[in-house]
Amino acid sequence: MSHLLNLLIWLPITGGVFVFLTGDDNKPDVSRYVSIFVVLLSLLLCGSLLAGFDQSQAGMQFIDELAWMPAWGIQYSLGVDGLSVLLIVLTVFTNLIVILATWNSISKRVGQYMASFLIMQGLLAGVFAATDAIVFYVFWEATLIPMYLIIGIWGSSNRIYAAIKFFLYTFLGSVLLLAAFLYLGFLMGNFKIEAFYAAKLGMTAQSLILFAFFMAFAIKIPMFPVHTWLPDAHTEAPAGGSIVLAAVLLKLGAYGFIRFALPIVPDACNHYAPLMIVLSLVAIVYVGLIAIVQTDMKRLIAYSSISHMGFVTLGCFAVFLAAQSARLDNSALLLEGAIIIMISHGFISSAMFAGVGFIYDRMHTRKISDFGGLIHTMPVFASFFMLFAMANAGLPGTSGFVGEFLIILGSVKVNFWMAFWAASTLIIGASYTLWMYKRVVFGKIANEEVAGLNDLNSFELCSYVLLAAMVLIFGVYPKPLLDFVHQPVMQTLTLAQQSKL
Amino acid sequence: MTFLFENIHLALPEMVLTSAAVLALLGDLFLKRCCKNAAFIISMLGLGLCILLNALMLGEEKHIIFSGLYISDGMGGLMKVFICFTVLLCFFYSRNYLEERQIPSGDYYVLGLFSTLGMMILVSAHSLLTIYLGLELLSLPLYAMTAIRRTHADASEAAIKYFIMGAVASGMLLYGFSLLYAATGKLDLSGIANAITVVKEEQPALLSFALVFIVAGIGFKLAAVPFHMWAPDVYTGAPSSVTLLISSAPKIAALGMALRLLTLGLSPVLEQSQQLILVMALLSTIFGNLLAVSQTNLKRLFAYSAIAHSGYALFGILAGTPAGYGAALYYILVYALMSTAAFGLISMMSKEGAEVENIEDLKGLNRRNPWIAFMFLIVMFSMAGVPPAVGFFIKFAVLKALVDAGMLTVAVIGLLFAVIGAYYYIKIVKVMYFDEDKSQLTLKLPRTYQVVYSFNCLSLLYLGLFPAGLLGLCMNAFA
Repeated sequence: MSHLLNLLIWLPITGGVFVFLTGDDNKPDVSRYVSIFVVLLSLLLCGSLLAGFDQSQAGMQFIDELAWMPAWGIQYSLGVDGLSVLLIVLTVFTNLIVILATWNSISKRVGQYMASFLIMQGLLAGVFAATDAIVFYVFWEATLIPMYLIIGIWGSSNRIYAAIKFFLYTFLGSVLLLAAFLYLGFLMGNFKIEAFYAAKLGMTAQSLILFAFFMAFAIKIPMFPVHTWLPDAHTEAPAGGSIVLAAVLLKLGAYGFIRFALPIVPDACNHYAPLMIVLSLVAIVYVGLIAIVQTDMKRLIAYSSISHMGFVTLGCFAVFLAAQSARLDNSALLLEGAIIIMISHGFISSAMFAGVGFIYDRMHTRKISDFGGLIHTMPVFASFFMLFAMANAGLPGTSGFVGEFLIILGSVKVNFWMAFWAASTLIIGASYTLWMYKRVVFGKIANEEVAGLNDLNSFELCSYVLLAAMVLIFGVYPKPLLDFVHQPVMQTLTLAQQSKL
Repeated sequence: MTFLFENIHLALPEMVLTSAAVLALLGDLFLKRCCKNAAFIISMLGLGLCILLNALMLGEEKHIIFSGLYISDGMGGLMKVFICFTVLLCFFYSRNYLEERQIPSGDYYVLGLFSTLGMMILVSAHSLLTIYLGLELLSLPLYAMTAIRRTHADASEAAIKYFIMGAVASGMLLYGFSLLYAATGKLDLSGIANAITVVKEEQPALLSFALVFIVAGIGFKLAAVPFHMWAPDVYTGAPSSVTLLISSAPKIAALGMALRLLTLGLSPVLEQSQQLILVMALLSTIFGNLLAVSQTNLKRLFAYSAIAHSGYALFGILAGTPAGYGAALYYILVYALMSTAAFGLISMMSKEGAEVENIEDLKGLNRRNPWIAFMFLIVMFSMAGVPPAVGFFIKFAVLKALVDAGMLTVAVIGLLFAVIGAYYYIKIVKVMYFDEDKSQLTLKLPRTYQVVYSFNCLSLLYLGLFPAGLLGLCMNAFA
């Protein structure tokens, strides 16, 4: 028994309630300092989580179980494997970035703002730590509430449309997930995720369950045909909301695919893998092309996120083709690549959205055409932003490169054309990111407002230094990440390659 | 005679409430000069005592007393606790509303108490006669309360509508009862169940007719589609404090009646009744949710949402298993709490001359009073079925019962319409949190109101985080 996971979930939630109750717009700094204190405390807990975690051991660790609803065989059970640990740490780290990067940008209802983010952090930790499907679902759905408020209260002009669209779109996906859980729970008599792995399912049942999983997880990631909520939500959300949305919430979908879809319905996944791969490639290429023509910076980054998430789903489903044509270690390459992209995209997209947030706070516009020549007035910002733009385009030496490289490497052994279209992102990604960078940062000073800009303040700089360190460290030496995910990847692949028919 | 009075203590809550109602009536007449709030205080004490007595008797075995007229069991006890509790909250929330508008508050409390007595009799009825007695005692005071503001045309219209529809429903139910009596020759529910198994083959047509009329009567009382027409008009026309009462406790009683009749008396014809319930439940969730979307009047919106919620509660009966009945019970108890909280705010916020009628009236509530707005947020997400509020777990319970009974398709339809339902609830949250109002008014509620209201709303969160207790009680009631 260990209560570390419980602490990681409930400490920020309690802190959030406290900040909500004590929040006062006349003294906003109090809320800010209390929040950052809670987040730093959570980071310390993350430190002991990382230290106490045994990478070589398969299965869940830090298990914590309590009877919750004995009438239905539902237990409040928590536990983490390598993948969950990384995502929990990423969640807490992202929240630190959010608070630092938007320190001064919110002045209205600061207490509620900080409380939303703290509660969200706790709920997200709960999603990643849950080992019971219903506990997972409860946390998964609960994250909608703070995000809905964050977009709706502190967003920009079209925020209400975006908030409602976000809520309903994702809610629609999740109710089908609940239906699938209810059916699986009915079959197995309890709701433990591990028990679901053992469920014997026919092909029809598997296909229907995969459809339900697809609706929930593909909407969340989001995959190509169901991605339309994301550009709106990202664009209208405040900078902090966009950061959490891109860095962590999108990962929920990928996490769901890896934790639920691949092991529970392997035959259906295998059968529909070509379709999923095509959808992923469409996301990579077509959505990448859409990103090029965007005139709004946040929309551009949102589309680039969808394109990167295409890589993640590609990695998840290409393992089935890889299993047919090559060996297990090749599949592992693909899935590990997908997870590395999830983590790295967490850092890079945070940095990109934070950057747009910094200049939005100063100029109150996100249109690319309103900018130009930022390098003359904000040199420090321009150099950091350069690094993140390069990482977004997948430059070797940054974390953005590692995952994409692993996936292209893995898919080349499976199918040349798949690898070809996936690799095209290196060109497309470079074009939309760097062209945007050129128009915003280089050139002559576009107008008087740009001429009057101040460079980053110390909080903003602090967040950028942290992010840059992460991007560079894991770009040069990704082994620690790979060590963490190796065991869970092997376990998932073993389950995914056992037919249940 | 000794047989009649055996175990009479089990009916003690009803007796206490009857005395409280009579005392409140007298107190309102004679004590008014020295104590203005006599009726209120007596009602509160009576209801509080009732809750206590019922809660103490929760663990008791099942007993049938008064020669088979009255049953005391887990379901009845639990329902009575919640009926008294929600009525208590309703009275509390209504107090200022009544005073400000100079509505004769004594009448309100006395009529309310008699109606509560009817509800309690209804949920512990074990005979067709007691059911009818309870139903009428429940309904008649409510008709009068709807018209309590005699000068308001809306209220009178609503009362007439309510009365006529209620009378039609009672008529149908009574006709169904008479057919049932003709077929079986029994009045007490277990006797009917036994008799039906014998005569099932001989008189199927008569039984089917009886069943249809009885289910229709239940549909009227629960405001399930296609018998829902009265609900939106009555909810809108009645004074908010009366709507508050109509929308909560009587729902529990109506479901109690449905459970008694369908699972006790008519259990041998379960299959036929399931088909009727299926149609009613599906139509209610579909139309209730769809029609609520376009409403701008808050009370009307909640009326349609109540119709949808009745549909979900009926899903539990539809499942036809003990777990399903337990889930239906769980659903309606929690729904009554949520509905009390929703209408409670409407009656508390309404000021004479500035009634809270439309969704727009909640504009900027987060700025006017962040804590109350947060409480209402919990209520809304609970109604929408978003965890961790308890509203999720009640939907989960009925849908799980459906899936376990092999009705996956119905469960999926119910889930999909829950998404549509979520739209109008988050629209209310949008108005409270996202829309800025021009005025700089703040909302100040008296401290006691704030505390009680917070308690009511936080209980929804508490029951969501720790659902095992109430859930276990509900499931045990049918085990």
